[in-house]
Amino acid sequence: MSEALVAVEAAGTDTSVPAASGARQFWRRLRTQRAALVAAVVVALLVLVALAAPLLTAIEGQDPTTYHPSLVDSARGGVPVGSFGGAGADHWLGVEPQTGRDLFARLVYGARVSLGVALAATVVQLVLGVVVGVAAGLGNRWVDLVLTRVADIFVAMPLMIVALALLAIVPAGFPRPVLVALVVGLVSGWGTLAKMVRAQTLTLKQLDYVAAARLSGWGTVRIARRELLPGLAAPVITFAAILVPTNITVEAALSFLGVGVKPPTPSWGQMLTSADVWYQAAPQYLLLPAGALFLTVLALTVLGDGVRTALDPRASSRLRVGTGRRREAS
Amino acid sequence: MTGFGGFVLRRAVGALVTLLVLSVIIYVVFYVTPGNVAQITCGPRCSPAQVQQVAEQLHLNDPLFERYWHFLQGLVAGQDYSTGTAVQHCSAPCLGLSYQSDQQVTALILAKLPVTASLALGAMVLWLIIGVGTGVLSVWRRGRPTERLLTTLTLAGMSTPVFVIGLVLMIVVCGQLELLPFPQYVAFTEDPEQWAWNLLLPWLSLALIESATYARLTRAAMLETLAEDHVRTFRAYGVGERAIIRRHALRGAVAPLIAVNANNIGVLFGGAVLTETLFGLPGIGREMVEAVKVVDLPVVVGMVLVTGFFVVLANAVADVLYAVADRRVVLT
Repeated sequence: MSEALVAVEAAGTDTSVPAASGARQFWRRLRTQRAALVAAVVVALLVLVALAAPLLTAIEGQDPTTYHPSLVDSARGGVPVGSFGGAGADHWLGVEPQTGRDLFARLVYGARVSLGVALAATVVQLVLGVVVGVAAGLGNRWVDLVLTRVADIFVAMPLMIVALALLAIVPAGFPRPVLVALVVGLVSGWGTLAKMVRAQTLTLKQLDYVAAARLSGWGTVRIARRELLPGLAAPVITFAAILVPTNITVEAALSFLGVGVKPPTPSWGQMLTSADVWYQAAPQYLLLPAGALFLTVLALTVLGDGVRTALDPRASSRLRVGTGRRREAS
Repeated sequence: MTGFGGFVLRRAVGALVTLLVLSVIIYVVFYVTPGNVAQITCGPRCSPAQVQQVAEQLHLNDPLFERYWHFLQGLVAGQDYSTGTAVQHCSAPCLGLSYQSDQQVTALILAKLPVTASLALGAMVLWLIIGVGTGVLSVWRRGRPTERLLTTLTLAGMSTPVFVIGLVLMIVVCGQLELLPFPQYVAFTEDPEQWAWNLLLPWLSLALIESATYARLTRAAMLETLAEDHVRTFRAYGVGERAIIRRHALRGAVAPLIAVNANNIGVLFGGAVLTETLFGLPGIGREMVEAVKVVDLPVVVGMVLVTGFFVVLANAVADVLYAVADRRVVLT
């Protein structure tokens, strides 16, 4: 059955169908990009590893928090005993210097923290950005003015500095990964998104089908949900694809500085904090978290590029820089 | 209000509001946080009476509004502080005294600024050269292996956190090859040569990462210009590829480059937190990390304001330059 026929047939039964055929088209365009497909597979594997972290470490027979003092040479300042940083059948990737904690376990649990925090922060950014943007676009002059100003303030906010300040003053009792996700989500990213959504809403508002909905007596909330959100999906998804890798970097940076996720919870950024001291005795202690971080961000960036090209084919010829990812962490 | 004056005024008011809101947010969060600032400031061995005294002296028990009002007064009119026996006058714009050292925050920031400025400006020169160079080269060699290689490298640059590349550079160059000693900041006024050698790795780390963005931007803008009709006309007239790239395509990239560069520089002037921490450079970013760890409220607020100020200033300058570089832009 041809694509058009499917759309016509479905249109008679369900209003959500334009989105469904859009999704189909999206997949078709994404499939043609080899790099994006490879990236998607890598991302899927990473998510799988993160989800299966307890299972993987159970197979290895280790956990990320148990100290193994017998595996580090305290006479030499805590260097792992044995070659390759203590790697072997028991500890697949060796152990952490000084504490002797299992490196493989910390790495895969670190993937959980990294991806989990980044995704949670992205959700916060998306919800805030879309709600504020749509409200500004649909609201009266004053609502628009105030919300746009607020968004402007958050666009100008220096993320690293403000996040540092906020993270340092919240007491230790608060669950740290949740806090990091909240702070990153609240402070960064959503201001730009809100401004973009507002502009898009203003454009969509003029269109006939929205006017028709209004004339038939629909309320603002219903119009926003049923008529505007589908039209906003493409730019918002594109933006989300840029936000996720940025958030991963930011989480790693904050943990690297010692204000993000705190021990004993493992995090890639936090593993790198003391890695430079140990690079000679246990190079994998530096290379593994650095490599994991690099691979994750690279895969997500390539996938994000692919998603953008698939959603806006013209962007590929313009060379997909349009929404330009702002480097937050320097 | 129209024209240039109106633009400047609107921008200044907007910036002021932004900065004030930032300071209010920090104050409120500090205020609602139950952490014991007086105890931290006084030190772990202080008696309850001493802690109480510190709290009194720092006005930690005053209501939020009063403290913030105090802060605003200092900012506008200056403030006298009694530190133990002596009275210290802090003239406007006064950001208060550090809880830790009783030093004036403005003086503290001014002392750190040269380090951060050295880092930011040097890195900027490098990232513009590397980034724009890469972008131009990949357009010049488009469709050939060189372009593929450069695009891949750019992608890798975009995906590496600055502290990772900094760590690797430091370990390889200083640790393994021993080409350079581990960086240790030397002031420019002291010894310009040592200043440059010691900043080389921090500059490179920042520049390699940032240049990826510039390479992409340059390439995209140039390709867009090359696809335009007037370039086709030039080609038809027999203008060479080299001249087209230099005279026409590159011009199209100038405006977006200015905008992104201004933003980056603004953020960096407020402290390259990661780079400074990694290389132990005593700049604004590292001071911020230290201040945050001991909940030194005046220093934190002061640094956030200064950073915000630089970001807003840089963006306003960018808007003006943008309009100069591209006559079609209207300032609003």
